[in-house]
Amino acid sequence: MATPINQQTDMTLIQAVTDALRIKLATDDTTLVLGEDVGKNGGVFRATDGLQAEFGEDRVIDTPLSEAGIVGTSVGLAVNGFKPIVEIQFLGFIYPAYEQIMTHVSRIRMRTMGRYSVPMVIRAPYGAGIRAPEIHSDSTESLFTSMPGLKVVCPATPYDAKGLLLAAIDDPDPVLFLESMRSYRAFKEPVPNEAYTIEIGKAHIVSEGADVTLIAWGGMVQVAQKAAAQAEKQGLSCEVLDLRTLYPLDQETIAASVQKTGRVVIIHEAHAMGGLGTDLIALINDTSFLYLRAPIARVTGFDVPVPLFALEDHYIPTPARVLEAITRTVDF
Amino acid sequence: MESQFPIQRIIDDAGQIVDETKRDALTKELALQLFTHMNRIRTFDRKAINLQRQGRLGTYAPFEGQEAAQVGSALALNDTDWIFPTYRDHGATLTFGADMVRTLLYWNGRVEGCVPTDDLHIFPPAVPIATQIPHAVGAAWAEKRKGTTAVSVAYFGDGATSEGDFHEGMNFASVFQAPVILFNQNNGYAISVPIQKQMHSETIAQKALAYGMPSVRIDGNDAFAVYFTMQEAVARARNGQGPTLIEAVTWRFGAHTTADDPSKYRDQERSRDRVDPLTRLEQFMREQGFYDDTEIDAIRARHQMEVEEAVKAMEAFKPPAIDDLFDHTYATLPADVARQKADYLTARGN
Ligand SMILES: Cc1ncc(C[n+]2csc(CCOP(=O)(O)OP(=O)(O)O)c2C)c(N)n1
Repeated sequence: MATPINQQTDMTLIQAVTDALRIKLATDDTTLVLGEDVGKNGGVFRATDGLQAEFGEDRVIDTPLSEAGIVGTSVGLAVNGFKPIVEIQFLGFIYPAYEQIMTHVSRIRMRTMGRYSVPMVIRAPYGAGIRAPEIHSDSTESLFTSMPGLKVVCPATPYDAKGLLLAAIDDPDPVLFLESMRSYRAFKEPVPNEAYTIEIGKAHIVSEGADVTLIAWGGMVQVAQKAAAQAEKQGLSCEVLDLRTLYPLDQETIAASVQKTGRVVIIHEAHAMGGLGTDLIALINDTSFLYLRAPIARVTGFDVPVPLFALEDHYIPTPARVLEAITRTVDF
Repeated sequence: MESQFPIQRIIDDAGQIVDETKRDALTKELALQLFTHMNRIRTFDRKAINLQRQGRLGTYAPFEGQEAAQVGSALALNDTDWIFPTYRDHGATLTFGADMVRTLLYWNGRVEGCVPTDDLHIFPPAVPIATQIPHAVGAAWAEKRKGTTAVSVAYFGDGATSEGDFHEGMNFASVFQAPVILFNQNNGYAISVPIQKQMHSETIAQKALAYGMPSVRIDGNDAFAVYFTMQEAVARARNGQGPTLIEAVTWRFGAHTTADDPSKYRDQERSRDRVDPLTRLEQFMREQGFYDDTEIDAIRARHQMEVEEAVKAMEAFKPPAIDDLFDHTYATLPADVARQKADYLTARGN
């Protein structure tokens, strides 16, 4: 390709997603984008904007309104030579497809001892904070991290979104790719124009610190950063760790950070019970128990359904709640 | 298949009677009743869109163009029946007796808006597509088991017929001969996807054949056709003759929701050319000499006032209680959640 290397464009997270999809559609004929309203409408968030016009109705496909149908037929497409990149309109609407993901997408490789595999990507916007209607704001990632055979990726920045999505599409196994709706247009950053990948399964130290490790992902990374900035004013230095991949977890990076700071606050907008925080705590116990100087704190959504938006701000973790947990951990 | 399920109508686009057998039933009283409800919900719908644009409501799903389908169907029900709406069927629920202030609260992100009016069986609007269809079948089945004559109706769009829940609901309804009406509003689009891309069959009505269920395809912009068809289906259900699928062919004039831009996927100028169910009924009323300007003006003014007052009441409603975030997930708050609630309130100084 004649494109000059190192050229960059300022992009939002959603533009970075579109960019990754465009690159794959242009360079790999087996890739297909499928979902509800992804064609002419360009997706309800515009993630696939312009792609059908550019690549045609055969490659960017408006499907019937059926999540089980979309994912189930994608299994067949994937075992038979294609690379489906599925859009589920909102994570809260993936449940009709849960059976397919649980019983087939995640286990075809295991059940056939590797004879068949399902190299597909399922993209789903998730999370609260945009005053969306009922059910649109779920953050149930742990339903999928507890599903062996599936990888779960959750970018926090435009740069990561492009590199991780390209890696997810290249991945030989099925990947659930979660996109935080509140991060879609939150900010822009320079993103390389060419294709690049970010390794799945590797966490990222967003900022280094000595006193407390803040572990977050997706839309909560910015909340952690805000809390870290406030803590700094109180003389506390926080290390912000963005998991980037929720399964498989990057045990080494987590352990190294925890062993450095001795204190941990985990932030997620999913419910506390059965949220990924519980697995992280177990993992940290295994690797770093003797380094801990305080119990691991969690700031999470409450154990109630994500409410309609009038009460939404009370549900989502805020920098203030994180700061309180940081102080609690340091004062232990 | 389209020829096996021709669109049935009683009055045509110009408001002329085309089904003479019904002439005597088309009374001034009925016409005025349909008109009144249709005008009322249209006044509500337009106000809600304006409020959303002013930031006084959240994302809203308009139904303009579908008033005849929603009013005609809901008016054929009794107070003891059940209705299972989607997010676009508040025209039907308002007609059935839902509270207008609560309906507005729902669109303002308040859970109070999900709570039905006392003594009426109105399920909260289903946001996931097609999931309410089996519920309606179950509620109807329960009425049958209890030996009552109450029926249940599920509202759903054309897109919903692609989901498994639609087919599972249809199958249960017919196997158990549940007194349920599966009321489809085929409004041409599921967000941006036109019906021709949603399904390969020519009609929705024909899908009932596979389930051994009677079905009918009607002009959903003809309030009389909807009303009488629904009445017949309800009567059959009450008499123990089981379920019916009704396909009401209509049109959504505006956006899917206030977050959507229909000009991306269809010609909006032409969308407005579709026959307006209200204009059609008005024309019929004029033709028959049923239209009395003073009477109609008074109705319009009354609805304008009712809606303005409902908006005032919605905006004066007490602020949302944080307790409501926690208190209703279980009959008794589990200790863990009680602790989360106490901690949160303490941290806020409540
Ligand atoms: C299970 C599920 N998938 C996707 C969505 C997103 N969505 C909301 S409305 C809609 C289209 C529905 O079309 P239709 O059933 O024809 O009803 P209409 O909105 O036209 O009244 C979609 C795809 C959803 N709410 N639920």
